[in-house]
Formats: sequence, C-alpha cells, structure tokens
Amino acid sequence: MKHVMWAVATAVFCAAPVWAQDGLSGPDAFAGIADEQARSVALFEEMGKVLTHPRCLNCHPVTGGPTQGDDMHPHSPPVVRGEADFGAAGMNCNVCHGTANMQLTSGSGSIPGHEPWSLAPVSMGWQGASLADICTQIKDPERNGGKSLEDLHEHNAHDGLVGWGWEPGEGRTPAPGSQELFGALTRAWIDTGAACPS
Amino acid sequence: MTTFRVNGRDHDLDIDPDTPLLWVLRDELRLTGTKFGCGIAQCGACTVMLDGMPRRSCVTPISMVEGSEIVTIEAIEGPEADAVRAAWTAIDVPQCGWCQSGQIMSATALLQAIPKPTDGDINDAMAGNVCRCATYVRIRQAIHDAAKTLEG
Ligand code: FES
Ligand code: FES
Repeated sequence: MKHVMWAVATAVFCAAPVWAQDGLSGPDAFAGIADEQARSVALFEEMGKVLTHPRCLNCHPVTGGPTQGDDMHPHSPPVVRGEADFGAAGMNCNVCHGTANMQLTSGSGSIPGHEPWSLAPVSMGWQGASLADICTQIKDPERNGGKSLEDLHEHNAHDGLVGWGWEPGEGRTPAPGSQELFGALTRAWIDTGAACPS
Repeated sequence: MTTFRVNGRDHDLDIDPDTPLLWVLRDELRLTGTKFGCGIAQCGACTVMLDGMPRRSCVTPISMVEGSEIVTIEAIEGPEADAVRAAWTAIDVPQCGWCQSGQIMSATALLQAIPKPTDGDINDAMAGNVCRCATYVRIRQAIHDAAKTLEG
C-alpha cells in the first residue's frame, strides 16, 4: 500500500505543470494576474531574468567586444567586435571557440563553443539597458534583425546559440530555468499582447 | 578513429576524441614547432592553420578536426607566409622564439585577410599572441615590411 501511495504521489508530482525551475517561473505562475496587460508585463519581467543574465549579456554588448564571466569582465585575450560581429581579421571568434564547449585539459573550466558562435549585432546589444528599453528594442524589427513576434518566439524557444545559455560548460553559471520555460514565457507574453514594462 | 591531414600527409589516429590537437601534433606526430604556452587559449603559442584559418590547437579537440586540413609552422607556405618569413629573418624578430610560430601564423592570417594592415589592424589581430620577450615592436615592423613586399 505504501508503495502504491508513493507511486501515485510521484506520478502526480511529475505530471504537475512546471511552476518554476532554478529561479525562473513558468507562465502558470502569472495566471492570477487578472489584467492582461499587467500579466504580459509580468511575463516579460520574468523573461528579463534570462535576458539580463550574464550568460546572455556577455555576448549582447552595446558597442565593443564581448565580456566574460558572471562579473562580466572584459574578454581575455582582448578581442574586438569586427565588421561581421565575429572578431578581427586574423583573429576571429573561431580562433578559439569551436563547435562545442571544450573542457580544458590544462586546469579547470572550459572554453565555450557552439556552431554558429558570434556576438549579437550592435542593434541587439543591451548591456546596461533597462528592461523597458530591452523590451522595446527586442520587438523592433529595425533592430532585431527583421523578426516578427513569432520569429522572436522561435528564436527564444529553439535557437541553438540561445540554448547554449543553459548549457554553458564547466565553470559558468547557466541562465535561470530552461530554454523550454523561456520559450513558454515568450509564448505567453506574445499571447497577452507582448506588453513592455514602463 | 580520427582522419585528418597535416602538412599534406593523411593521418588516421585511434585517439581519445577529447585530446587537444596540440598534444597530437607534438606527442604523436612529433611536430614540435608548434608550442605549448598556456593550454587555455590565452597566449597563442599553439596557433596552427585549420582549413586555412588560424586556430589555437590547445583548445581544439581532435574530434573537431575530422576531415580537416591542418598546416603547422613546419609547412606553412604561400605569398603571405613567405613574405612574413623573409621579413622576420631580415630583422631577427625572435628573441627566445617560444611564441614565434604562433606569431607567424597569426601574422600570415592577418596579411591574407588585410594585405596592408594598419597599426590598429595589427593590434586587433595579434592581441591573442603573447610574447614574454616583448618582441612586439619588431613583430609590428616585420608585418609592415612583409605587407610592403607583398605590394610589389
Ligand atoms: S598554448 Fe594555446 S593559446 Fe596558449
Ligand atoms: S620571443 Fe620569447 S616569448 Fe616571444
């Protein structure tokens, strides 16, 4: 009997909607906000925990090259953005960054990698920007690479380089939650009118 | 098995896929011209050409070079590499020499991309190649000299 109870309890627990994962709440957590616009803003603010996490910000600088680490210090060795957001001629990102994270053989930690690997364009830089400004910027096709809201959902929910933020390799704190949850939040934000914080 | 080409020769090696290319070049293939400086992508001493582009071999797992063409300091050639070699020897750029195979790879890659680099281009492209003997002034000079010979 005890076993059955445990089995039932486990099944119920596993089938329950995902309310929160490692510091990120799912859309259900905002269902109680009656006003749709306010709910939308709250959903975006939750997305903001990912958007302003160092794993995302480090490659969304406003002008120059990338930063590194949870304290977002300048990249070492020094690198520049370059014309294609891919470093300098003769020293582009792929000089070090490969197709996947690589565990360092000498010492601890890893070199991050993914295919493709590059900086976000300047128009998508938001280091230091307020959440309200990031929200306006992210929705603006002039600045977001011509993306519709649906494209934005696709990007947040399925883009591999975005997904890297949750699998950043040894020595880096992953972005909060999961890409699945971030995608679900984006979906719910769009469905509630994609409102921005003021 | 990992299959790749180094300096025009095919290799088929049964090796742990996580092994860095630098280890394979130096310990397995005995191509010791490529140096180990830091092992963490901070110094540039281990730079080789991977499919025509510079690459730090200390952070390149051998699994990543499957089917690739690698060229090391022992075999680098072409107009830019030749010009760099001539300019390097003309003013004796190296001091101890440890960093220099990496410097030459990066300088060659820079000239392939920008035939007449400015000081700024040189700063940007060579920032990942550290020289503890501080031969930076001669490196810069030699890159400008090599660019001039390429012009003619
Ligand atoms: S040994 Fe590879 S960068 Fe230093
Ligand atoms: S010549 Fe000695 S480290 Fe560069």
